Amino acid sequence: MFNFIKQTLAVTMLNLRTIPQRLGSSGVAIVGIAGVVIVLVSVLSIAQGFAAAMEASGSPVRALVMRSGADSEMTSGLSGAEVDLIKQAPGLRREGQTPVASAELYVIIDIPKISTDTSANVPMRGIQPQATTVREEFSIAEGRMFNFGTNEVIVGRGAVVNFKGLTVGSTIVSGQNKWQVVGLFETDGSIAETEIWCDARVLQGVYRRGNSYQSLLARLDSSESFNTFRDWLTANPQVNVQVRREEEYYAQQSRALTSLIQTVGYGIAVLMGIGAVFGAILTMYTAVSTRSREIATLRALGFNTTSVVVSVLAESLALAAIGGLIGGVLAYVAFNGYQTSTMNFSTFSQVAFAFQVTPQLLGMGLFYALAMGLVGGLFPALRAARLPIPSALREL
Amino acid sequence: MKFFPLLWSSLWRKKIRTIFTLLAVFIAFLLFGLLMTIRTAFSFGVEIAGLDRLVLIHKVSLIMPLPLSYQERLRATEGVEVVSHQSWFGGVYQDPSNFFAQMVVEPEPFMKIYPEFTISPEHVKAWMSDRQGAIVGVDLMRRFNWKVGDRIPIVGTIWQPKQGQVWDFNIAGTYDGEAGVDKTQFFFRYDYLNENRAQGDGLVGWYVVKIADPSQAQQMAAKFDSMFANSSAETKTTTEKGFVEGFAKQMGDIGAIMIAILVAVLFTMLLVAANTMAQSVRERTSEVGVLKTLGFSNTSILVLVLSESVLIAVLGGTLGLALAWAIVQNGDPTNGMLPIFMLPTRDVWAGAGMILLLGIIAGAWPAVNAMNLKITDALRRA
Repeated sequence: MFNFIKQTLAVTMLNLRTIPQRLGSSGVAIVGIAGVVIVLVSVLSIAQGFAAAMEASGSPVRALVMRSGADSEMTSGLSGAEVDLIKQAPGLRREGQTPVASAELYVIIDIPKISTDTSANVPMRGIQPQATTVREEFSIAEGRMFNFGTNEVIVGRGAVVNFKGLTVGSTIVSGQNKWQVVGLFETDGSIAETEIWCDARVLQGVYRRGNSYQSLLARLDSSESFNTFRDWLTANPQVNVQVRREEEYYAQQSRALTSLIQTVGYGIAVLMGIGAVFGAILTMYTAVSTRSREIATLRALGFNTTSVVVSVLAESLALAAIGGLIGGVLAYVAFNGYQTSTMNFSTFSQVAFAFQVTPQLLGMGLFYALAMGLVGGLFPALRAARLPIPSALREL
Repeated sequence: MKFFPLLWSSLWRKKIRTIFTLLAVFIAFLLFGLLMTIRTAFSFGVEIAGLDRLVLIHKVSLIMPLPLSYQERLRATEGVEVVSHQSWFGGVYQDPSNFFAQMVVEPEPFMKIYPEFTISPEHVKAWMSDRQGAIVGVDLMRRFNWKVGDRIPIVGTIWQPKQGQVWDFNIAGTYDGEAGVDKTQFFFRYDYLNENRAQGDGLVGWYVVKIADPSQAQQMAAKFDSMFANSSAETKTTTEKGFVEGFAKQMGDIGAIMIAILVAVLFTMLLVAANTMAQSVRERTSEVGVLKTLGFSNTSILVLVLSESVLIAVLGGTLGLALAWAIVQNGDPTNGMLPIFMLPTRDVWAGAGMILLLGIIAGAWPAVNAMNLKITDALRRA
């Protein structure tokens, strides 16, 4: 047994030490595998970043009220009277006499995207003063909160990065309206950071919405009071609404796009992976065939075939690991934190997010690389073991 | 051509190696076809968007409606051929995951302005005579197994009927079109919507205007916008092509991502193929020497080696492209999210060019080496 291990080690070390002599073909395998890992990790980091932004948006202690039948805030509508009634529902948190709830308008405003210089549908939210208490994670990062009743607005961090002319102090001209940007806000990286916030009453006037809103975001007494809140509202004939937990709403909004990116990402990675496996197989075949005389000599000297198989596999795995590491590092350096924005299909409005190259993704990339190395090395290893010694010795 | 048997037998000298090289090239061009299809899908039909059609939207944003009264003013403008308005309905058929686009239009100007939608005369007649009639794309008909005459209930999300939530439609007919035309849309009549909706009377989503002279597009756009300047609903006019491009860009630059991936794939495959060719020529050094001794000129050696490499690329690449094409014929796999799912002819030609290029570049280095080989060296090396 000990002898076997010693033999295997010796042959493996011999293989690994001679890799530099076959730099060309080994380089091909490394580059191929690194390429697959880069593509896999970077495409999935898009889905990861998008899903993370959407997940950060939902809190279990908040409920979103929309007109029944509406599939997003964009298509929903609530009258002023309905809003007043909803705010009386049980289960809603109250601070003193004030319900912690904000009836909001959700509209789109055309603003050019920095990366393409073409106009993009940037979401604009009209809020009530309680909006910042409903969203605990809200904080002003720069400037100040806007004054209600004026044309002042505050802008989310993601919006400032992706769209033109939204820095504090600038003026947004939209049709005949002018909005003054007085502050920059953060909400822990959630989707709200793509939005521009202003006074709901002012926005009602500008978008000719009368005294109507689109949704109401409510803070609940606790996560458990959701059912009380929902049942009271759905049983009430004076309002025609649906009540959802905020996290469910955002999870549902992100589902379509996340699964599209993942399908495309995995599909491309699997196909590229198959291509890279062929590349690895070719490389290892070349490695084995250029050394068939050496291998035959070793076996003639009495080295057993298993050590030869293991050594070829080890070489292939080593190349794959190097490729996987290079690919992972490159993907991380190039894409982690990369800021971008895309269109959310359900509201046709922009969502800003950052690519996230997580440790899990890197681990998966490396695992995939090793799997490619294993498959790629297997056939050549078996071939090396099966080489008939006399004819192999005679080869060039 | 008479050397083809020689070429063929040297190709199969090492069967396994040749097969794996073929497979690697095959996968590369399968990916090429699929990535180009995705890229086309995310450009939302910009290739067929008309240059003689202008789109007028509300200046503040696309979601703001425009008044119906603009129609007459646009029609009266010189140089305008057809004015048609459209609205986004955004309803839900059975379940939100059954997403497809429902557009509210006026039949006559709509059919005049979009000649790329082909509708049979009987269907046109049926549509004109049924207020609740709808014209449905053939891909959408197939997706839900609908038949002409079916009654389709759709729940309004933006527009509510005066009573209840459901709008009923009758499928009056279907439309078809060439490859690249979105055949997943559902068009129905504006008068049905306008007379039955609870609020929003006399509002439309946006206008599409066909102008007589496409070279005047910029001037016409500026003219329209100035016509409605300082009104309660100012407009922003762009060519339909610009409009679709802008919409596609909102998704992010999918095209650039796809091309970046392709460059990575093709570069890797180039390395693999070049490496294999070099190895295979190196093994045959003495054979090359023999050929030269027999009187093969340097050029014919060069051509022989290059042809071998091009042959591998063509065999593998063509099969890959063909499979991609076959997969794409099956249609959109994402349930309506990518309505234009096709591999454009232009990209097929680009792929063919890439195949040749791959073969030539991969074979160039070993071919030149073989050409420059001295007979004496070649024979001695064995």
